[in-house]
Amino acid sequence: MLTVAVKKRRGDFKLDAQFDLPTPGVVTLFGRSGCGKTTLVNIIAGLLDADHGRVALDADVLLDTERGIDVPPESRRIGYVFQDARLFPHMSVAANLRYAARRARAQPYVGFDAVAALLDLGFLMDRRVHRLSGGERQRVAIGRALLSQPRLLLLDEPLASLDAARREEVLPYLETLRDQLAIPMVYVSHNFEEVLRLATHIVLLESGQTVAQGGVGEMSLNPRLRAIIGADAVGAVIDGTVLGVDSSSGLTRVQVGSGELRVQAAPAAVGAKLRVQLLARDLIVATQLPHYLSVRNSLAGLVTSIADDGANSDLIGIDIGGTEIMARVTRAATRDLSIVPGLPVWALVKAVSLRARPISNASPDAK
Amino acid sequence: MMWLSPNEIEALHLSLSVAARSVGFSLPLAVAFAWVLTRRRFLGHTLLDAVVHLPLVLPPVVIGYLLLVLFGTRGPLGSWLQRTAGIELIFTRNGAALATAVMSFPLMVRAMRISLENVDAGLEEAARTLGAGAFDRFATITLPLMLPGVLAGAITAFSASLGEFGAVITFVSNIPGETRTLPLALYSALQTPGGDAAAARLAAISVVLGLSGLLLSEWFARRVRRMLGR
Repeated sequence: MLTVAVKKRRGDFKLDAQFDLPTPGVVTLFGRSGCGKTTLVNIIAGLLDADHGRVALDADVLLDTERGIDVPPESRRIGYVFQDARLFPHMSVAANLRYAARRARAQPYVGFDAVAALLDLGFLMDRRVHRLSGGERQRVAIGRALLSQPRLLLLDEPLASLDAARREEVLPYLETLRDQLAIPMVYVSHNFEEVLRLATHIVLLESGQTVAQGGVGEMSLNPRLRAIIGADAVGAVIDGTVLGVDSSSGLTRVQVGSGELRVQAAPAAVGAKLRVQLLARDLIVATQLPHYLSVRNSLAGLVTSIADDGANSDLIGIDIGGTEIMARVTRAATRDLSIVPGLPVWALVKAVSLRARPISNASPDAK
Repeated sequence: MMWLSPNEIEALHLSLSVAARSVGFSLPLAVAFAWVLTRRRFLGHTLLDAVVHLPLVLPPVVIGYLLLVLFGTRGPLGSWLQRTAGIELIFTRNGAALATAVMSFPLMVRAMRISLENVDAGLEEAARTLGAGAFDRFATITLPLMLPGVLAGAITAFSASLGEFGAVITFVSNIPGETRTLPLALYSALQTPGGDAAAARLAAISVVLGLSGLLLSEWFARRVRRMLGR
């Protein structure tokens, strides 16, 4: 368990952050630029002093201003992947990696060769740092941080300076890290796509304050989060359980709430977790189960809430058996269908508009 | 060296010896000052900075005079050095080296500071998160990356030391074989009737020496840049 509760004042800016991360897990610090994400991460690393607060990793207290404890960064055993990689320019890739390995302050849990294999660094070893592409640079930076044998990995927008293609090149490695090494990570991002790929938990920061936190599923319904990610990205995120493959369609059957979805996904074992994103704009609400439609998925549920979504539309919250989803409909539709809280409805969604990705078994099931 | 007279060889050899001692003595100090002045903010920072730069703005004679007062046989530091370590500075080549070191110190520190300011402090932070302590970080990250400035500073200071005149002649006088470096020898030749030819030869030696220094430093700088991958 990582426990963070810190305060820091810097001119007009006030950081007042508090969150817990069950380990292993990946928590994303999410928020607009300038909300204090990097400041918070620097305090966790010990590179920046907090005015007041406490940082603890399991039983180890790294910072406690009350008790006068402040472990220096070099002794914290916290790996840090910076946005700008910060590889040492006067060393080769291999020398950068060895630099970390030699100074590791614990029995290695991951070896040089294992890291090189995990991140495909083998063919880069003799390369000078300035001869690397942006994506390669970040992979080396991740490897270097790992070789210091950290018990926590901080990643400060490691993909922010990369274009979409390079980002796609690095993301799978981070997923592998999460799933194979089970190392707890604090991942700073303002890109919701990355958050969905990696996070088990989300901590929402707004102008220095942690305003909401929870599992990814729960947080996907949070109004403050919705305001940041933009209307098109709003929608429930559910970590569903694979039930099997539908033999007639070839689609993967996933249990979500008490319903079932058929999605396009890579083959996954029965019982594995698939993270499904049900975008509010893709959902159709019906008050009767319709026939003669091409839509493959219908989820029965009860309307829980109707929220003004601006632009003449409403966001309808629907409980589908312990799990909530959201559908965006025009205000006229809400009126014509007489949608009110408690009304039984069916949410329809095309299988092809659903995105499902495997998510580590280690991640706790979002409620 | 066959075409140089014994006196010229002596002056040349003495100049090189004084400059080498001067640089050897002030190099580590200059690195420390450059680091403190660039990376630390403290009370008296501006004053220390000004003191380091003082030799640039003061007449060399003043520096020579101050050294005489401090390091003369009856000066507070001079008598202490003689009593505790048996080191005599006045009228010796070590004294000449001290005078040139003081004069060239600001040049050295300036060159190093410019280089150090270009070393990303973020790299030191990165090393820190990887478990490197303060000395480790300095030795493995900061120093190698500021090396171009250290070399540039050393070469500039060495060249300046070869030519230092005022502070040297004031502090340690003009003794053949002990403190008569190239510029002092040139000055003596000019003071001697019929010494014009000797002065011209000494001037030519100085020009060749200076030119080789500049070419050498350029070659060094290129090699270091390549080594650092820039």
